[in-house]
Amino acid sequence: MMRFIWPLAIFLALVGFLAVGLNLNPREVPSPLIDKPAPAFSLPVLHAPDQTLTQNDLKGQVWLLNVWASWCVSCRQEHPLLVELAQANVVPIYGLNYKDERNAGMQWLSDHGDPYTASIMDADGRTGIEYGVYGVPETFVIDKQGVIRHKHIGPITREALEGKLLPMVRELNAS
Amino acid sequence: MLRKLLLGLVTLLATLTLHAGQAVPAADDPVLEERVTELGHLLRCLVCQNQTIADSHAELAIDLKNEIRDMMVAGKSDQEIIDFMVARYGDFVLYKPQVKSSTWLLWFGPGVLLLLGVGALFYKLKRRATEVTAPELTEEQRRKAHELLSQRAGGEQK
Repeated sequence: MMRFIWPLAIFLALVGFLAVGLNLNPREVPSPLIDKPAPAFSLPVLHAPDQTLTQNDLKGQVWLLNVWASWCVSCRQEHPLLVELAQANVVPIYGLNYKDERNAGMQWLSDHGDPYTASIMDADGRTGIEYGVYGVPETFVIDKQGVIRHKHIGPITREALEGKLLPMVRELNAS
Repeated sequence: MLRKLLLGLVTLLATLTLHAGQAVPAADDPVLEERVTELGHLLRCLVCQNQTIADSHAELAIDLKNEIRDMMVAGKSDQEIIDFMVARYGDFVLYKPQVKSSTWLLWFGPGVLLLLGVGALFYKLKRRATEVTAPELTEEQRRKAHELLSQRAGGEQK
C-alpha cells in the first residue's frame, strides 16, 4: 500500500502545478507601474492637434486610459463596451491613439463610435513605451492623484469591466 | 522540365535564406549597433515572448531597439537602460531572470528535485539490499524448512 502513496503524491503534485500553469495567461505580464504615478506625457489631441494634453490636466478625477489604434483588430472587440461605458457616464475614458495615422484614427472613430473624452496621438509610440504597452488594446485605471491603480491587458470583456474595472473606479471615486 | 523546376526552387530557397537574419540596423555606426544588438540579446520581446528584442522583427522590438540606441547616444550605461526597461515592462523583460527570492524556485528547483530524486533512489536501494539479504520467515515457514532439511539429511544416511 505504502509503495503507491509516494508516486501518487508526486503525480498529484505535478498535475496541480500543470493545472495552475495551464490556467495562467503568459500574455498577461504584471505591470511594475501599478501604484506608481502615471508616466508624464504631453501629446496632441486627435481631433484638435494644436492642443496638447498632459497627465497633469487629468488630475483630480478617476479616469481610464485606453490604448487603441485603427490597425488594432482586437480593439474592435472591446469597442462596443467602451461606447456603452461612455454613454453610462461613469468614468471619463481617454484614448491613447498608439502608433496610428491621424486620418485613419479619426475615420475609425467615426465608423465605430467615439467613447473618448479625448484621444491623444502617440504617433511614434514613445508614450506607449513609458506606459509599458506591448499588446494593444490595454487599459489603465488612474486615480485622482494620478497614480496607476490597475492595468488590463488585451480587449476588455464584460466580466473584466463589471468584475474589476468598474468596482475599482467606484472605490477610487469614493476615497 | 523537372530540372528547370528544381533549379527554380533552389534559387527561390537561396533568396529566402538571404532575406532571413537579424533586423536591419537603422544607424550606421557599427560600434553603436554592436552595443545595441548585444544589449538587445538580454531583453525579451514581450510581443513574441521567446525571442529577444535583438532577434525580433516585431514593431515593438524595433521601437525598443531605437529607444536603446537613443539612450546610448545620450550616454546612458547598459545598466541604466536595463533599469529603464524593467521599470516599464517588469522583470519579465529580462531574458535571463535575476536571482532573487521570488525566482529561487526557478533557479534552484530543478537542482533540489534532482537531489531529492537521488536521495530517494539511494534510500530505496539501501532498503532493498537489506531486504534481499535477510528475508523474513514466519514461524510456520521456519519450522517447515527445518523439517525439509532434516528429512533430506535422514535420506542421505541410508
